[in-house]
Amino acid sequence: MALRRFLNGNEALAEAVKLAGVEVVAAYPITPQSPVVEKIAEFISKGEMESEYIRVESEHAALAACYGAAVTGTRVFTATSSQGLAYMFEMLHYVSGSRMPVVMAVANRGMAAPWTIWADHQDSVSCRDTGWVQLYVENAQEALDTCLQAYKVGEDPQVLLPVMICLDGYTLSHTEEPVEVPEKEEVDAFLPPLRLPVALDVENPVVFCAGAGPELYTEFKYQQQQAMYAALLKLKEADAEFAARFGRSYGGTVEPYQCEDAAVILVTMGAVTGTAREVVDGLRACDQKVGLLKIKSFRPFPAQEIRDILSRAGAVAILERDCSYGYEGALCTEVKAALLGLDGPPKVYGFIGGLGGHDITREQITAIYRYCLEGVQPGYGTDHFLDVAGARDEN
Amino acid sequence: MPSATTKLPAGPHLPTPCFGATTGSWRTHRPVIDASLCNHCLLCWLYCPEGCIERGEKLKVNLDFCKGCGICAHECPRRAINMLEEA
Amino acid sequence: MKIKDLPQEELVTGSYACAGCGGILAVRLALKVLGKNTVIVTTPGCLLGVTTFYPQLAFKVPCVNITFPSTAAAISGVVAGLKKRGREGIKVVGIAGDGGTVDIGLQALSGALERGDNFIFICYDNEAYMNTGVQRSGATPLGANTTTTPVGKNSRGEDRPKKDMLRIVAAHDIAYAATASIGYPADYLRKVAKAMQARGAAYLHVLSPCPPGWGYASELTVELARLAVQTGAWQLAEYEGGEFKIQKVGREKPLSAYYALQARFAHLV
Repeated sequence: MALRRFLNGNEALAEAVKLAGVEVVAAYPITPQSPVVEKIAEFISKGEMESEYIRVESEHAALAACYGAAVTGTRVFTATSSQGLAYMFEMLHYVSGSRMPVVMAVANRGMAAPWTIWADHQDSVSCRDTGWVQLYVENAQEALDTCLQAYKVGEDPQVLLPVMICLDGYTLSHTEEPVEVPEKEEVDAFLPPLRLPVALDVENPVVFCAGAGPELYTEFKYQQQQAMYAALLKLKEADAEFAARFGRSYGGTVEPYQCEDAAVILVTMGAVTGTAREVVDGLRACDQKVGLLKIKSFRPFPAQEIRDILSRAGAVAILERDCSYGYEGALCTEVKAALLGLDGPPKVYGFIGGLGGHDITREQITAIYRYCLEGVQPGYGTDHFLDVAGARDEN
Repeated sequence: MPSATTKLPAGPHLPTPCFGATTGSWRTHRPVIDASLCNHCLLCWLYCPEGCIERGEKLKVNLDFCKGCGICAHECPRRAINMLEEA
Repeated sequence: MKIKDLPQEELVTGSYACAGCGGILAVRLALKVLGKNTVIVTTPGCLLGVTTFYPQLAFKVPCVNITFPSTAAAISGVVAGLKKRGREGIKVVGIAGDGGTVDIGLQALSGALERGDNFIFICYDNEAYMNTGVQRSGATPLGANTTTTPVGKNSRGEDRPKKDMLRIVAAHDIAYAATASIGYPADYLRKVAKAMQARGAAYLHVLSPCPPGWGYASELTVELARLAVQTGAWQLAEYEGGEFKIQKVGREKPLSAYYALQARFAHLV
């Protein structure tokens, strides 16, 4: 029987790492990720987990050590946040281009400057094009479940890609919730042992990450793109199998809520989805036809599913915790692109909020729905910042 | 370059060794060993960066890979190796 | 160690290294002792470019390529992974140039040395960033003319002495560390063998002259590696059991004998 326990997102992830039988962990502490690596260290110290734990001296080294361990054919895990993720940037491309199914948790946190330790999605969204599968979770339970699915999908022979599990710092990483922790035997039945097509072996020597000229380079990069498309399907399959075994489903790539007849659909990623869900329930109780679309997989981007779900709505609002400076929220651009070419497409409104740990309240989400329901044309651009007092630079 | 029908591995992990070309064509001068002067000390073999001197009863140079650096001739204590200009 | 007892099989051959490359000779010689039960972890310096760029793959042992700042971190990962696989008998050997060792790779190397992982790290030192076109590194000797320390009206070449890497690694109190020169192959190979026997991390720093970077005719590579030691420009030393030992080498010669053969010191002689 699965045990129901009170865990925060970091602890839930640590439990998942233990359950997945991760063999090598290399990580460097950073707020708000630290508890996950502390918990894993505690598991190993108590003999509850048999894993090599490499206490590296930086995040760049953490991912390099994961890469080194992965080429030997072992299952690896790391975790980071914000500045640490930025420091890993070079290694992010290295690992994905090498098709190593490393799983990494990112406790989302804003990027300095100004200095902050609180959550937004700028850190991981900035790594959108690094070739990692990026999954955003809504609560601690989903963090645990997604970690198990991440290994399943990432290690699939048709995928072989690294996976980033993004959870909002503090809101998810440090907030305790009841979490169902599956039994090891159940997880083993779901997640087979890792088998890489090429692993380090002195009898059959291989160059890992060989240099490639322009033609071969393009071939490998095309394969990476194909693997991402394969991941879209595999995410759905893994979610369906997970649901059958454990009774919980998150849609794999996207999770629509009350979207069938919705006039307005709000699109979100991560923890704010939970608040939005409550707002939808409240507005539905007042006969307002509103819906919610949670994007779980930011990469690969499930454009077709998003298009199908949003095409029936009159208006779409995107609420996100990041900004592509000089344009709009990154997710907003992506959703708009997914809707291109539709006959009579919904109106699209982009909202940026929750930056650097700013709360996104029910009232704000309600206001966004109302704004869209009243059909008011958006003002200048679509980069509507929530919470801005309008203080201006003296210069 | 693999053709469209060749299956590439997942990721640029390729079996080694693999030679797309030899390096003998780089050479402007070729080492020639005078067997009558050679005492088999093997210093030429030891110092060759390419490892292209083949040991045996008589030392031979693998000209497919010899780049003609001339270290073997310079280091030979009996001056048994001469660098001859390639025709 | 007699030459004829060294294995004939070449574990690196057919590389795209320049004619007379001291670096590739350092790697070839080390592999004579290391043998086939070895995995190389290297970084995109000259060595990676000339040995692992498809379709010119020159190693007969597996090679893991990694980023400059994290060579030694990847080594730790490979060591940990092999341990989990029950393949601890495979020797993990990091190889990087002077840039990848004493500059951009230093933090990761320090981390791996301090963790005490079981590996050998070989720095083939050609005293500048050669793969990018002879820019100075922390290992460039005082006075050397490089493309970022060009000699001119206001400059006499590199204005800082060479970083003392042996003392830096020794400060981590590792099992074994040594400097070597490809001009003294018996000494170098003895040190590789000692590094293999070391329990924990071992470090070798081998002077490896570079014909285009130093500006000399390719046949002089070994001669210069010898002269560097004979003139005191480079010292052969070992660190073991907490103590340094500097090796005496006969036939001491004036520094000018070494400088005179190289374009990078032409302004000094």
